[in-house]
Amino acid sequence: MESPNQEHILSYTTLFGVLCILLALTAITIGVSRIDLGVLNIWAAILIAACKAGFVLLFFMHLRYETRLLQITFVVTIGSLAILIGFIFWDISFR
Amino acid sequence: MNSSTPDKAGVKLGMWLFLYTEIMLFGGLFVLYAAYYSKYTSVFIEAGKSLDITIGALNTMILLVSSFTVASAITAIQKKARRSAAALVGVSMVFGVLFLVNKYFEWGHKFEAGIYPGSPDLSDAEAGKSLFFGLYYLITGLHGIHIIIGLILLSISLYFITTKRIHETQFVVLENSGLYWHLVDLIWIFIFPLFYLIL
Repeated sequence: MESPNQEHILSYTTLFGVLCILLALTAITIGVSRIDLGVLNIWAAILIAACKAGFVLLFFMHLRYETRLLQITFVVTIGSLAILIGFIFWDISFR
Repeated sequence: MNSSTPDKAGVKLGMWLFLYTEIMLFGGLFVLYAAYYSKYTSVFIEAGKSLDITIGALNTMILLVSSFTVASAITAIQKKARRSAAALVGVSMVFGVLFLVNKYFEWGHKFEAGIYPGSPDLSDAEAGKSLFFGLYYLITGLHGIHIIIGLILLSISLYFITTKRIHETQFVVLENSGLYWHLVDLIWIFIFPLFYLIL
């Protein structure tokens, strides 16, 4: 069992690396949105946004280094949101 | 653990539980946006083109950099660098204010162009357009309120750092304020492509 006082310290270099990745993904999402790919544009935008969110959550918000309990509660929340979105679009698409 | 040291894990779990309610709040609004997008696709795309990508991209960068400085402030406090931690929180707050200034000018331009909730121009336009801008003002407005709350939390943290109530073994207030700030950044990461980048 890990000691609760054992804090994980992220180095400035790691944090800066994450920032660079996030800025690069922002540039990519703007670039991709200027090319007309039809419905793929939306999926690309959502996928890139989800990627960016992942980096913010795992590193800036330290989710990667949190307890298993906290990680599970996070996944349950996103799962609930996915069910909400899934069922609403199931309804909309068969109207 | 004695009663005078707060239960760190509990305090942080409490903050995360609150953040989950925020995720569901904005998640619900995004679903609303998506549902209307599927109904009024062409109008939404046309309306989205009137938003300034440059200012949207600039605000995205501002929030990303401020998230980085807040995360670095926590690293600094863990490394006992109190002064750099205070400076980093201060810089993050400056970025937060810059974001709001940009937003002020952005909204101002739209108001001048006659696009605001309940404006005659929007009432006469097709239904999808007023829905798009209604959601735009609702979501970015709610997000703006979150920025203001985040700034208040950061200023409290800054005060605690300077008065040494936050230090290398006790910094959960800074951590939780940081988590809130990152959440505001997370929400913007989805707002930006949804409103500014739709083609």
